[in-house]
Amino acid sequence: MIDSRIIQELKLIVGTDNVATDRQDLLCYGYDATQMEFLPDAVVHPGSPEEIAAILKLANAERFPVFPRGAGSGFTGGALPKGGGIVLVVTRLNRILRIDTENLVAEVEPGVVTEQFQQEVEKLGLFYPPDPASLKFSTLGGNVAENAGGPRCVKYGVTRDFVMGLEVVLPTGEIIRTGGETYKGVVGYDLTRLLCGSEGTLGIITKIIFKLLPLPEAKKTMLTIFDSIDGAAKAVSTIIGNKIIPTTLEFMDHATLQCVEKRFNLGIPAEGRAVLLIEVDGDRDLIEKQAARIQDLIRPLGLVECKIARDAAESEALWKVRRLVSPSLRDVNPDKFNEDIVVPRSKVPDVIRAIDRIRQKYDIPIVNFGHAGDGNIHVNVMVDKSVAGQEEKAHQAIGEIFQAALDLNGTMSGEHGVGLAKQPYIHLELKPAQVAAMQAVKKALDPNDILNPGKMFPRED
Amino acid sequence: MIQKDSNVSALQRVENELKKCVKCGACRAHCPAFAAWQREPAVARGKVAVAQHILKGDVGLDDQTYAIMSKCLLCGSCVEKCPNDVPTDEIVVTAREVLARRRGLTTFHKAVGQVIKNRRLMSFGALAAAILGPLFFRKVPQTSGLRLRFPLPFVGNRRHIPQIARKPFMDRHPEVIQGEPGKPRVVFYVGCMTNFVYTEVGEAALALFRHLGCTVIIPKGQGCCGLPGMSGGDLDTVRGLAEQNLAALEKYEADYVMTACATCGGALHKFYPALIGKRHPELATRIRAIADKTVDAAQLLQQLGLHPEETGVGERLKITYHDPCHLRTRNITRQPRELLKGSPGVELAEMEGADKCCGLGGTFNVYHYDASLKINEGKSAAIEKTGADAVVTGCPGCMMQLSDGLKQRGNRTRVMHTLEVLARALGK
Ligand SMILES: Cc1cc2nc3c(=O)[nH]c(=O)nc-3n(C[C@H](O)[C@H](O)[C@H](O)COP(=O)(O)OP(=O)(O)OC[C@H]3O[C@@H](n4cnc5c(N)ncnc54)[C@H](O)[C@@H]3O)c2cc1C
Ligand code: SF4
Ligand code: SF4
Repeated sequence: MIDSRIIQELKLIVGTDNVATDRQDLLCYGYDATQMEFLPDAVVHPGSPEEIAAILKLANAERFPVFPRGAGSGFTGGALPKGGGIVLVVTRLNRILRIDTENLVAEVEPGVVTEQFQQEVEKLGLFYPPDPASLKFSTLGGNVAENAGGPRCVKYGVTRDFVMGLEVVLPTGEIIRTGGETYKGVVGYDLTRLLCGSEGTLGIITKIIFKLLPLPEAKKTMLTIFDSIDGAAKAVSTIIGNKIIPTTLEFMDHATLQCVEKRFNLGIPAEGRAVLLIEVDGDRDLIEKQAARIQDLIRPLGLVECKIARDAAESEALWKVRRLVSPSLRDVNPDKFNEDIVVPRSKVPDVIRAIDRIRQKYDIPIVNFGHAGDGNIHVNVMVDKSVAGQEEKAHQAIGEIFQAALDLNGTMSGEHGVGLAKQPYIHLELKPAQVAAMQAVKKALDPNDILNPGKMFPRED
Repeated sequence: MIQKDSNVSALQRVENELKKCVKCGACRAHCPAFAAWQREPAVARGKVAVAQHILKGDVGLDDQTYAIMSKCLLCGSCVEKCPNDVPTDEIVVTAREVLARRRGLTTFHKAVGQVIKNRRLMSFGALAAAILGPLFFRKVPQTSGLRLRFPLPFVGNRRHIPQIARKPFMDRHPEVIQGEPGKPRVVFYVGCMTNFVYTEVGEAALALFRHLGCTVIIPKGQGCCGLPGMSGGDLDTVRGLAEQNLAALEKYEADYVMTACATCGGALHKFYPALIGKRHPELATRIRAIADKTVDAAQLLQQLGLHPEETGVGERLKITYHDPCHLRTRNITRQPRELLKGSPGVELAEMEGADKCCGLGGTFNVYHYDASLKINEGKSAAIEKTGADAVVTGCPGCMMQLSDGLKQRGNRTRVMHTLEVLARALGK
């Protein structure tokens, strides 16, 4: 599809050093954090929005697909070049253009790594809350494209809630701006929100204007252990019901605790069936009071133990329990399917029970942990793909898990998106008219289906 | 489809390790090679993917593969931080071995092999010509007469290089330096950099362990640890050296085998068991025995209860500490800091990213001098920011790289070994 003439044109646009066609380069841009692999025909590293515009114009003229890519840490294959075409890597656009301490906004390029941005704003006493677990390596562009979330979402919201405006290269090659840097603005459709979470199918993000907050003075971390998942879930609703919104409410179910304990021996008491990691932030005096109040509120709910960190080092030690989850899972089974369903907060125990039934039905290990505060649960179906039939089983179980979440008024993805991985299930959640409306938008912006084709919606062919 | 190369069989050794990588990308945050190039093939994940495809048979042992595998400092940062314990450093060495088998060693690595295998050659200063020369050719003061006369083609001419010692450390001392009865017997594995360049590090080690009453043994038969060879995939040479070193180190009964060089320590403690022991099971038990006895000097001094305050004169010194990769990956980060902080007059100002690689990476720095300097830039800037009088570290290799980096910026911060700071007050 992509011949040497097109490669030549690409080189004219971005420079020879920024086009790669060696086999090794192709396969290094053919994977992401899913275990899928598709080889592109070329990898291009543009250095400006204008170059990206020129590439997309060429793509429309020559009809070849373009797959935008940030760090390639996506969990649903959004950046993978299924069917071939070019992978367009945006990481050369990696400058923090300005941090406006007066208006609390910042303008950045999409290739900036999330944590680096956080650190820069924090140096100025400001705060960018979205904190996907991949923040040390994922890009802000990728975060916006996937509308990434993290533990702090309970209190602060997801990436989208911090995006005020964008510069985007449309699939046809025009460069547009959406939104702006005012807190209010109601002129026209809200294209900014449309593009957040569009998974690189509607445009390539080349600049982002973020809203910032003042950096909270302090935070306090507590590790609370309950004798039942219901106790932990009740604790979540009790805390929020009493008008305390913690920064973080992370939970781990019994299976998760067993994994961590078996591998790392952290001394979690045997009667502990669920853990809630709670963090509050804000004024120093206030968080002391809040921590004490939280303890009082949750004590009657089957609290087995409550550890409160006194300083940053102790807080890190408590977070360690949560951070050790991923490395421990491998001990259960070598292959994991990580799904991130969401249900209304109060329905967390119901969905955990439903998942437990599915686990029994298929007789495969399923480990749950996640963001209890916003009902976002990481359901890890653990299998061994080399055992015949297991992968098949996992897919069936996953379908039922999605259905269970939907039955409880939930959704099948809170942060990872659809990409390629969740396409087979999208019709469980979206009705034909919804899909048609979405596809009409895609068609209007990308008439030749150049940009990230075959993602999100299953292809008719 | 590329014909699968019979030379790849060595990679099968790491096939299971290769499978562990889930391509999460976490190594992007920790790989200095990726930081320098910003391209996916340079990151641990990319190298793992390329190795996987070599095994599958759809990637050849060509120039491109060679270039990719050369972009690794074997710093182990990815291994430490990988949630799935993928040993990328081992994988890269194995890939380099396979490439060397297929393509032959490079002229440079051939020269390295010849020199490190041959103690006599080394002490004649050919070491300096063949290994150290390219590493830091130029800028030995013209007047010293030591200016090296072996400009090899791949050597840049910008480097600052330290002087080669007039008399190697090992030639200055007898094999056994008797200590007090009942005190530990410490076998000192010296290593090339200490023997030929930073002899003061060896002297400091000697002074400190004698201060504690230890018997210090410096077995004559010991040679290079072989890591420069390992770095080029020349595992046959490493095996030969490992055998030679085993023989020397086993000769005396010792409580400890002590190293004052992070890299040599890494070789004895980690790389010999992981690479040579696995390939040569007949050596594995002996390698294990030495590995179990191997301790870093700072670690051992603390364990033996060195109290710097008893010996120190308290001359004021503001320092900052750089973690050598091969101490960091063995979890030796706390001990040197505690000892240094306990020294009278010493103030420790932590730098940003103290645990980040300095950019030397064995022979990496020869092939990728610009990348190596780029990696070093952040390090130098962090050192500068602390306003320290001296940057202290536990690896003579890092000392050389740190000096080069600082001098390139016209910065006059001193570069010292942990042991030098500790021994400062012993009057040696
Ligand atoms: C260990 C681990 C933990 C994770 N934890 C979380 C978590 O807590 N929360 C969470 O939400 N996600 C998480 N993720 C998923 C992933 O990190 C996020 O989806 C992240 O936002 C992807 O960013 P990226 O730069 O890697 O994007 P990529 O994977 O490169 O791309 C993701 C999608 O964005 C598109 N894209 C990338 N850049 C642009 C751009 N500039 N313009 C337009 N489209 C673009 C791509 O086409 C693709 O569809 C995790 C992943 C891993 C491996
Ligand atoms: S090497 Fe480790 S950190 Fe890097 S992608 Fe593979 S599993 Fe992740
Ligand atoms: S050992 Fe160091 S340089 Fe090599 S891949 Fe790992 S982190 Fe990168």
